[in-house]
Amino acid sequence: MSLLEVHNVTMKFGSLVANNDISFNVEEGQIVGLIGPNGAGKTTLFNCITGLYQPNEGSIVFNGTDITKLPPYKVARLGAVRTFQIVHPLKEMLVFDNVLVGAYLRERNTEKAGKIATKYIEKCYLSNVLNERVGGLTIGYKKRIELARALATEPKLLMLDESMAGLTSTEIKEFLELIKDLSNSGITLLVVEHVMEAIMPIADKVVVLDGGVKIAEDKPEAIIENKQVIKAYLGERYSKRLKAAKEAGTDV
Amino acid sequence: MNKKDIYWYAFIAVLVAIPLIPAVAKNSFLGHVLILILLFASMSQSWNIIGGYGGQVSFGHSVFFGIGAYGAGMAVVKYGIMPWPGVLIGALTAAVVAVIISYPCFKLTGHYFAIATFAIVEIFNRLFMIWDWVGGALGLDYPLVEEGWKNFMWYETKIHYYYGALILFVLIFGIVRWIERNRIGYYLKAVREGQEAAESIGVNSTLVKLTAMAISAFLAALCGGFFAQYNLRVDPPMVMSLDMAMKFVLITILGGTGTVLGPLVGALILIPLQEYARALWGGLGGGVDLMIFGLLIIIIIVRQPRGIMGIISDVCSHVKKVKGIALETKGGG
Repeated sequence: MSLLEVHNVTMKFGSLVANNDISFNVEEGQIVGLIGPNGAGKTTLFNCITGLYQPNEGSIVFNGTDITKLPPYKVARLGAVRTFQIVHPLKEMLVFDNVLVGAYLRERNTEKAGKIATKYIEKCYLSNVLNERVGGLTIGYKKRIELARALATEPKLLMLDESMAGLTSTEIKEFLELIKDLSNSGITLLVVEHVMEAIMPIADKVVVLDGGVKIAEDKPEAIIENKQVIKAYLGERYSKRLKAAKEAGTDV
Repeated sequence: MNKKDIYWYAFIAVLVAIPLIPAVAKNSFLGHVLILILLFASMSQSWNIIGGYGGQVSFGHSVFFGIGAYGAGMAVVKYGIMPWPGVLIGALTAAVVAVIISYPCFKLTGHYFAIATFAIVEIFNRLFMIWDWVGGALGLDYPLVEEGWKNFMWYETKIHYYYGALILFVLIFGIVRWIERNRIGYYLKAVREGQEAAESIGVNSTLVKLTAMAISAFLAALCGGFFAQYNLRVDPPMVMSLDMAMKFVLITILGGTGTVLGPLVGALILIPLQEYARALWGGLGGGVDLMIFGLLIIIIIVRQPRGIMGIISDVCSHVKKVKGIALETKGGG
């Protein structure tokens, strides 16, 4: 049994088909990348999985439970937690309190929840801004706060929606280390990403969407060779660059 | 609640109570003002739970306040018993009514929620005006009964009302302070700051808001019961009016929404203003206090939307910064 099973999901907005008959599985412990050009339907699919939208057709099973029609908070309680492409910080609250809200999901006691929050604040390099209001911080901080808040719920599946967009290259490197670290600690990851150099080296599998349709699902090495993906998204030059990097054996 | 909190409360209570007892005992006008300050601070604090921490601005709290007042009034006037069971039934009814009203209203966000609650006050006002069982437009006039805590009624002195208000104040402030430091409080703030974000990390926002609303309405109704006992009568314009509903909101906004001390600060300013303005310029036809208060609110909110508590915290952090810089330059030099 896979941790997450997406079966034939179709999501329409009026006559626009944002997701058309999409199916794939995410196995426990994997890092799965979800890529595709703008408007391919990646975020819509995320919203369907997390309960923000209910798909017109198809079903989504998480850890053996059908979550297709569950509201977002129930999906989160089962252990599938997301971050948002456009960050949703709790602005007027302190950084610590933001993460604490996440920690309360598994621990009612404030003192114990505080300990959980502190652990993830350290993990996400936020200790230096602990008592600051989130509203005044930079985007890099906000993204890490959102990650820490999601982690504090101790999820089985963490879904990151373009967490690396808008970060500096140093920040991306830190973020990648963090993701690898999380994966080693047993969390399964589903990652929407545009930064190819970031996702390709760490993913176990990549799912490619284009125009609402799944056009490929394979290992990253195979994805960069896939003619359809190159045409729709990567482009020749990108593909060569990624391959060259692969052969050179370096992290780009 | 940990030990530190209990000390803090005892401290506050003593601090407020002791120096003021002689003033109250003399039955002076000041005594009356002090009782109203404690009452309105408690009312605004009950509103603060859902309106401040939860960010759901309700203009309908006079409905719950009124139900509590009518609970006390009906017990004493219609059934000739002590007011306590009436207040309790009123408070429970208020909580149930709050949940029933709020459930559909919470589907509305932002200004629409506030507007919906406006309408509800009018509906209840009219309803109680024409409802003969609860006295209709004439209201309920208290009969003369035995003085004392059993009937919560005194004629010669106001000192016991003062103690009653103080107990109410400490109770409600204690509850809000507890809420602020526990999961429900953090969840409420999270829902205020971003419902979608809160839901994404497992917060059932509807349940959190309804719970807060029920607690808020329950406590507002307790205040209503006190108000009826203090005035020895109840009628719809007195308790279930937009005027009264505005006080819940404005006092908290002036003092600072979503802070424990905000409602007290707001009441400390508005109530003396209201009572003394009435005493001094009552001949002008009333409303002078509201004009001054309106002006005050505009000035404060333009400068700092978080009210007076916001201004205080700004000043504090500014002082800290200045001190920090001073220390740094000393260390550097």
